[in-house]
Amino acid sequence: MAQTGTDRVKRGMAEMQKGGVIMDVVNAEQAKIAEEAGAVAVMALERVPSDIRAAGGVARMADPTIVEEVMNAVSIPVMAKARIGHITEARVLESMGVDYIDESEVLTPADEIYHIKKDDYTVPFVCGCRNLGEATRRIREGASMLRTKGEPGTGNIVEAVSHMRQVQSQIRQLQSMSEDEVMVYAKDHGAPFDLLLEIREEGRLPVVNFAAGGIATPADASLMMQLGADGVFVGSGIFKSDNPAKFARAIVEATTHYDDYKLIAEISKGLGTAMKGIEMSTLTEDQRMQERSQ
Amino acid sequence: MTTIGVLGLQGAFREHIRSVEASGAEGMVVKKIEQLDEIDGLIIPGGESTTIRRLIDKYNFLEPIRQFGQQGKPIFGTCAGLILLASEIDGSYDVHLGLMDIRVRRNAFGRQRESFEAPLDIKGVADQYNAVFIRAPYIEGVGDGATVLAEYEGNIVAAKQDNFLACSFHPELTDDHRLTEHFVQMVEASKKSLAS
Repeated sequence: MAQTGTDRVKRGMAEMQKGGVIMDVVNAEQAKIAEEAGAVAVMALERVPSDIRAAGGVARMADPTIVEEVMNAVSIPVMAKARIGHITEARVLESMGVDYIDESEVLTPADEIYHIKKDDYTVPFVCGCRNLGEATRRIREGASMLRTKGEPGTGNIVEAVSHMRQVQSQIRQLQSMSEDEVMVYAKDHGAPFDLLLEIREEGRLPVVNFAAGGIATPADASLMMQLGADGVFVGSGIFKSDNPAKFARAIVEATTHYDDYKLIAEISKGLGTAMKGIEMSTLTEDQRMQERSQ
Repeated sequence: MTTIGVLGLQGAFREHIRSVEASGAEGMVVKKIEQLDEIDGLIIPGGESTTIRRLIDKYNFLEPIRQFGQQGKPIFGTCAGLILLASEIDGSYDVHLGLMDIRVRRNAFGRQRESFEAPLDIKGVADQYNAVFIRAPYIEGVGDGATVLAEYEGNIVAAKQDNFLACSFHPELTDDHRLTEHFVQMVEASKKSLAS
């Protein structure tokens, strides 16, 4: 009779998040600020990405106490991160009743080759992608939602822009291809052929694609929505700013009304200093989290 | 042509537009209060009810939507939209629109892992309807004015009251447009009676 964990139920959950902002939080107090500001979900973490960057070492799944504390504090959905390929971290989060798992390159990968086979789980997963090859591989593994990787914890939007543009432009290229050309494209990009055909037919991915990795201001959120993002993840941007509550509200509004520039001008006034941010060229290859998975 | 607005502050509003258009009406994403004058019926979609409510407050949508409904124009609330229409939520009378005489419990079936799809009979609308429930609310009870349209395992999941329709599942996520068609018919009928 009733079926749980179907594609429709897992992808549908992400559909309900569209046009919204998902915020990183590290405790109940921040979770409440996020909910009050209009976040559609929160990501429960031990540290925000910029602090993970600063701390160095191995970054793992958060202490379950923190995740539980956040789940008890808010009625909006709670997401949490598991390391890439860490089947047990994912199962632990699922057993706790987390609403969505982010198999995330922000944490140190547990497996350098394989991602989690996500379609075995009842809980839905979100994964990062930089291009159509990564996007389709994650979908075939069972991801029910995608996001750009961007470059987490930098407060620099440049990589998220590049990844969103890349996926959109590859979908457009695909639409102009004949079926035999799609086969070669599938081979060159390591992308499942039948899924590419489906995307070519529909002109879009079969799951929602949010922006993540470097969003620091309301204008950044609006920019990503204009480039075709279905919604926005904000990691370090909110609770590393001067006035998190105000910042959070402004980013929510800028995401809803992303093409209302007068409004964005109004809400951007006197917000205080955004997070400091990092210029990409100052990061060495091994500091680039986006390179952690293919 | 009948025009049906879908409140587009947050959530799955594009899917509703697709479903409205497949049901023979024109769809319009409503982001500004002025747009309420251009539509014959309104759908309040699924999404996060707390987020949608905050944005409704921010842009002063609450009273205009209430007036829209009180004029006799049809409103259809799905999932989060149902919560917004209710007169009692989680045992509290701190309500949103309060247009329907129904008592609602949020996330009533549990968290996301308990979300499910199941076949449903909707009275006078559709049998064997594939209903998709996502962190869904249900209706604990209805007042005198409201009629129960569907139940799932003894819990009320769809109801109707005058020009208001509400369900706790997501008609926009499947290609079965029978419930949306039913709402389009409600809007067409009200358009005729309001014109005469």
